[in-house]
Amino acid sequence: MLLGDREREIVKGKLVDLAGPVRLVMFTQEIECEYCRDTRDMVQQVADLADQVTAEIYNFVTDKEKAEELGVDKIPAIAVIGAQDYGVRFYGIPGGYEFAALLEAISDVAAGDSGLAPETRQFLADLPEDVHLQVFTTPT
Amino acid sequence: MRLAHKMAVESDRVRADCVEAMEFPHLVNRYGVRGVPRTVINDAAYADGALPEAALVEALQQALAPSSSEE
Repeated sequence: MLLGDREREIVKGKLVDLAGPVRLVMFTQEIECEYCRDTRDMVQQVADLADQVTAEIYNFVTDKEKAEELGVDKIPAIAVIGAQDYGVRFYGIPGGYEFAALLEAISDVAAGDSGLAPETRQFLADLPEDVHLQVFTTPT
Repeated sequence: MRLAHKMAVESDRVRADCVEAMEFPHLVNRYGVRGVPRTVINDAAYADGALPEAALVEALQQALAPSSSEE
């Protein structure tokens, strides 16, 4: 999947002033499904457009240890990692609105600051247990 | 979607996945996803629609309350 000129300009504009470096750690496999290939292309193109963003491509089958380390259990997968691994993941190709979500995630992870309201921060600071959120979306 | 990821950035106890529904039909079946966005909380509770911040916090409070009160 190739980004058009307009998308490339949007990516450049959104990622030009990142607060810190971000790694896009992507998992695919040797015989790639259509979405795996497109997702890999997308990740590499985004990394090419932003100085602070790097792409790392792993093989879900042969790099099993890396997948387990990052909790990746399906592909295509993208882990968005900044100064630390905050647990931000994308499964499936982030197309359409989700492409904007990917850019936003990169920006938030780079900053390492959620920007959430004080009461939300307090609630999260007091969480009694680990929380796993899975948000199902569609690309349109 | 951004809200869930922001919560992950905020807290070491939160991880957040954006899952493209059409590519993972078995998960759509497992979690009964009929519309999007649907947020699945700890494999057990659900919140539907694009929720504002306070509403997602409320959904989390409700989802986590039973297990924490059992302890």
